[in-house]
Amino acid sequence: MRVSIFITCLVDQFHPEVGQAMLAVLDRVGIGYDFPRGQTCCGQPAFNSGCRAEATRVARHFVTAFAGSETIVAPSGSCTEMVKKYVPSLFAQGSPEREEAEAVAGRVREFSDFLVNVVKVVDVGARFPHRLTYHDSCHLLRGLGIRREPRALLAAVRDASVVDLPASDSCCGFGGTFAVKYPAISGEMGREKLQHAMQTGAEYLVACDTGCLMHLRGMIAREDLPLRAVHLAEVLAQT
Amino acid sequence: MSIDATSRPALDDDRLRGLLRAVTTRLMEKRSAAIADVPEWERLRDRARAIKRDALGSLGRHLVEFEYHVTASGGTVHWAADAGEACRVVEKIAADNRVRGVVKSKSMMSEEIGLNTFLEQAGLKVVETDFGEYIIQVAGERPSHIIAPAIHKSRADVGRLFTEKFGAAYTEEPDELAARARDVLRDEFCNARMGITGANFGVAATGTIVIVENEGNARMCTTLPPVHVALMGIEKVVPAIEDLAVFLTLLARNATGQAMTSYVSFITGPRRRGDRSGPEQLHVVLIDNGRTRMLADPVLRDVLACIRCGACQNTCPVYRNIGGHSYGGVYAGPIGSLLGPGLEPRTSPPDLPFVSTLCGACAEVCPVKIDIPNALLYLRQAAMAGRTLKRLPHRRAQRLGLRAWALTMAGPRRYAVASRALRLVLRAFTRGGRVPRLPAPLDGWTQVRDFPMPARQMFRQMIERGPNGRRE
Repeated sequence: MRVSIFITCLVDQFHPEVGQAMLAVLDRVGIGYDFPRGQTCCGQPAFNSGCRAEATRVARHFVTAFAGSETIVAPSGSCTEMVKKYVPSLFAQGSPEREEAEAVAGRVREFSDFLVNVVKVVDVGARFPHRLTYHDSCHLLRGLGIRREPRALLAAVRDASVVDLPASDSCCGFGGTFAVKYPAISGEMGREKLQHAMQTGAEYLVACDTGCLMHLRGMIAREDLPLRAVHLAEVLAQT
Repeated sequence: MSIDATSRPALDDDRLRGLLRAVTTRLMEKRSAAIADVPEWERLRDRARAIKRDALGSLGRHLVEFEYHVTASGGTVHWAADAGEACRVVEKIAADNRVRGVVKSKSMMSEEIGLNTFLEQAGLKVVETDFGEYIIQVAGERPSHIIAPAIHKSRADVGRLFTEKFGAAYTEEPDELAARARDVLRDEFCNARMGITGANFGVAATGTIVIVENEGNARMCTTLPPVHVALMGIEKVVPAIEDLAVFLTLLARNATGQAMTSYVSFITGPRRRGDRSGPEQLHVVLIDNGRTRMLADPVLRDVLACIRCGACQNTCPVYRNIGGHSYGGVYAGPIGSLLGPGLEPRTSPPDLPFVSTLCGACAEVCPVKIDIPNALLYLRQAAMAGRTLKRLPHRRAQRLGLRAWALTMAGPRRYAVASRALRLVLRAFTRGGRVPRLPAPLDGWTQVRDFPMPARQMFRQMIERGPNGRRE
């Protein structure tokens, strides 16, 4: 089986190690991949900011970039939700563009969903002797309904002890441009999330969205906390 | 002022945040327990949504039917197009009956139309009789939560307030504080010639108004004074009495985690011959105040289905941290960010729809399944397109920025150039292996957190050269 990687702009720009980890896991489970060169972003920042025309422009480019792909895998719940649920809605009902967008939307899978429900694997041969706790990213959980999959993958990691995060489904406070427009609110939400993670005694806070992670890592660095926020792929890549 | 500014005092107040988190968490835990007892919960939500949608779809007909039955049972219906008209209607009823003192039970509608101030300016004495509302009135504040108006006040706050205002010895025992309020309110109930309430539902087929409460004060307001005035938003009408089986199952469980509130009053007309209690007159004031405008809007009309349970506030991570007063309107939290622009477009803070991470927790608990995040997105589009009465600050600059961003993202070559430029900028702001401060427009990011360091290579560069990468 071969998939196309939708790496997302945040991973491409700021966290390429997450992308590399994802590739390492795909290699291990025997999935081939390509990287459509034209890809940039799904358009979510503009869409969530209320700029429909700008979002449509980027979404159109996205659809073109992935037109030839059979299965598209992305290391992000919110980007996947954007492509699946909102990108088609940007184009007029019945238009050829809408059809293409719907076709692409039907082919994109979030990384953990892809492993568990398409490849049908939960044990990817990872070993990570640490204490972990898992944060449910909002769009992954409520937008795509993915709650079980990341937990199943983590439960199969050798030597890892996975502990429940209190209020694991409450938002971390990222929210895209929200984090920039309302830093004090966003910061307080992030602090609450990190306090919960610290209470569990976990060394690693695991999530499936680089948006959440960029925000939480930034806060951990600023407040100098003894905690690391990592993407699920980074844990699964460890052997 | 933006909500970023209005929420700062609340965010600096650890005591307030502690109260908000504790109370909302307790309400949500009680809610979870209460709905676990109702296996058909999801179907009830669907049913409630369908009933509301249908009712809103033929609102005019239902309202006329409601009016007919209220009148037939001896009551009087008044129609008010806006807040001012509604207030004048109530004042006139008071004047016609030589009313000097009014007792009130909890009503968000009365907040919405600014009734207390209006009546007080007209020389009437208005007394709130719901304990939470009474505290707020004594403190001279506004409610900060739909069902828990004094959620921002601790027992100690109330103890100090009562000592300060009434000179009584300090106590923070809830029972003693309630007893103090009861002493004052008992006389007010007995002397008032007019009781004002809201209405949770109005039944078209019977002309019945339904009032849901826990303290019995609304029951007193509707039975002791000779005149009862019920304020009712026109969206509160439901077709049939059977529909209440759905809404009453949902409302209390979702709001407070109770299977049913202590009191549910069904009021059909004033006192009839042979009745042992009840007012001589019943007036129902049907108030529009922006609702037909919302009804004409394809997205905001859904928001009119709201039954004011407050669960979206309890679950909202933004509300839980900033409290109701930060939102700058009558209604706070997720639903407030829709009702504000919908009902009060002239005064509502223009950035309200943006004060959300679109996390979706609100939609998950909404008893009538209002798609709150989607409606927020819709209002954001209206704000960014300049279609709102109050202009969003920096709208043009933001739009221009996003236009440039979209242009960059829609062309791989431009994306590559911009990526290189971003790296140079980030390197220039790197201090000791961190990016602690960035200029506008990213200064908000670095106010509370570091920005990520520029990676040595972008992913797309790695995949072409790195050990894991494969060429396409």
